[in-house]
Amino acid sequence: MLKDVTLGQYYQTDSWMHRLDPRVKLLGTLSYIIILFVVNSVPGYLVCGAFLLVCVLLSRVPFGYILRGLKTIMVLLLITVLFNLFLTPGEPLVSFWKFTITKEGLTFSIKMAVRLIFLIIASTLMTLTTSPNQLTDALESVLGPLKKLHVPVHEISMMMSIALRFIPILMEETDKIMKAQMARGADFDSGNLINKIKAMVPLLVPLFISAFRRANDLAMAMEARCYHGGEGRTKMKPLVYRKGDVGAYGVLCAFLAACIVIRVMGV
Amino acid sequence: MGLKIEDITYTYESGTAMSVNALNHITTEIPDGQFIGLIGHTGSGKSTFVQMLNGLLKASSGHIYYNGEDIDGDGYDKKALRANVGLVFQYPENQLFEADVLTDVEFGPKNLGLNESARKARAEKALNLVGLSEKYWKASPFDLSGGQKRRAAIAGVLAMEPKILILDEPTAGLDPRGRDEILGLVRDMKNQLDMTILLVSHSMEDVAEYVDRILVMNAGQIMLDGTPREVFSHVSELEAVGLAAPQMTYIMRDLAAAGLPVRTDCLTVEEAAAEILSHRDAIPAAEKGGSHA
Repeated sequence: MLKDVTLGQYYQTDSWMHRLDPRVKLLGTLSYIIILFVVNSVPGYLVCGAFLLVCVLLSRVPFGYILRGLKTIMVLLLITVLFNLFLTPGEPLVSFWKFTITKEGLTFSIKMAVRLIFLIIASTLMTLTTSPNQLTDALESVLGPLKKLHVPVHEISMMMSIALRFIPILMEETDKIMKAQMARGADFDSGNLINKIKAMVPLLVPLFISAFRRANDLAMAMEARCYHGGEGRTKMKPLVYRKGDVGAYGVLCAFLAACIVIRVMGV
Repeated sequence: MGLKIEDITYTYESGTAMSVNALNHITTEIPDGQFIGLIGHTGSGKSTFVQMLNGLLKASSGHIYYNGEDIDGDGYDKKALRANVGLVFQYPENQLFEADVLTDVEFGPKNLGLNESARKARAEKALNLVGLSEKYWKASPFDLSGGQKRRAAIAGVLAMEPKILILDEPTAGLDPRGRDEILGLVRDMKNQLDMTILLVSHSMEDVAEYVDRILVMNAGQIMLDGTPREVFSHVSELEAVGLAAPQMTYIMRDLAAAGLPVRTDCLTVEEAAAEILSHRDAIPAAEKGGSHA
């Protein structure tokens, strides 16, 4: 039922992409997302697409598994495309009744669709190949300099990792409660909007109760192990860059440079 | 008629590296009126199997027939099926959500489209059946004790008045007293309501004295199927898959090995005690009253 959500889940396997330092993957994904909005020509998107394809191949995550994650944002994608398609002013291509599709609208909506799809695939790929623990470590390390400004970096990354860790747990829980209520004749799919919202109550109340209970248990377990925040905390597996990671940074920089060149040259 | 299961297979996460065959070509029948124990090790596919029986999961291949009709057939009324095949999940108290117990139990009948008085009558009947006294009916379900919550949740399914009741590990997480109460409750329901009951458990002790028939599942397949005595005679097979026969079976087996001519297929403490006592005369006089190492 909810198994299609791949965002925020880790795919266990051994690949070059999995072994890469999480900081490289975090910074790489961030810069990739930024560069997606810098690039605005067909060759640029081809370069971005090719780069992404290589990353996916290196991750050894089945392609179908990544694409499944796209299904969940299909609605968002469709809305974005439709709005851009009909509401961008410019040279009209087709027009019927009150709607006009313009040339600018068409190109812009295709661009937005490609950007969003690449964006989701890239971030899905990052979470699929990086365990939540690694991701937090990376975040903490990358945001490290902010500690000087009294930003609670460790606490923020801890909260993020807990949130990430809880996504699959809450999904499973939702699935279970949904089934339990369906066994009692609940219907989540039919009826009008108001009925559908009403039907959520038997799902949400138990879900919230269980989420609070879990949060409470976790807090207790952390305290029982003397957790007291980031002050003076050392790591069992400190992050160390290896040769391959430096090389990956090199490739990433080359890719970013290529994209910027394409944009500036206006190819 | 009951349920007929034909060559069911179910695969989790099909198409990925995590693909698992939870069920592997299962064929069996659940006739009306039987009290069946479904036993298996954690991960043997028990929970997956029972979720297919009321159409919550759809089989990857194979068919399930309820009263002769394919439950995955076009236009089959799943809601009606779920009213007839009641499923009490593991830790059912996690599904309670209403402001008071009575309203929560009415949730099922309400979904069946019953009017207010009919569903109230059903809810009260169900609560009486599970032995939750009237003073708790207007209490918040979250203020009840663990065992009471579980009774309330079971009442929530009973109020649908199913013909077949499936209970998925109803005693998990309860203390010995709570366990006995719930199991006694299940037996009483069987006697009073003439239901078909499928009791899922990983404990032989739980089911040994109550059920007519035991299904043993292992690695997504049905390994043994028979009366408790038949099933428990396969001690070594059960042990090989991480299960065990009831403790009485072991005691009687050891006694027989030590030379006492007792039957080894006793299931309950009472039965075993009677059997041992009936052989009092066979114990050599020298050993009577004396302790030997």
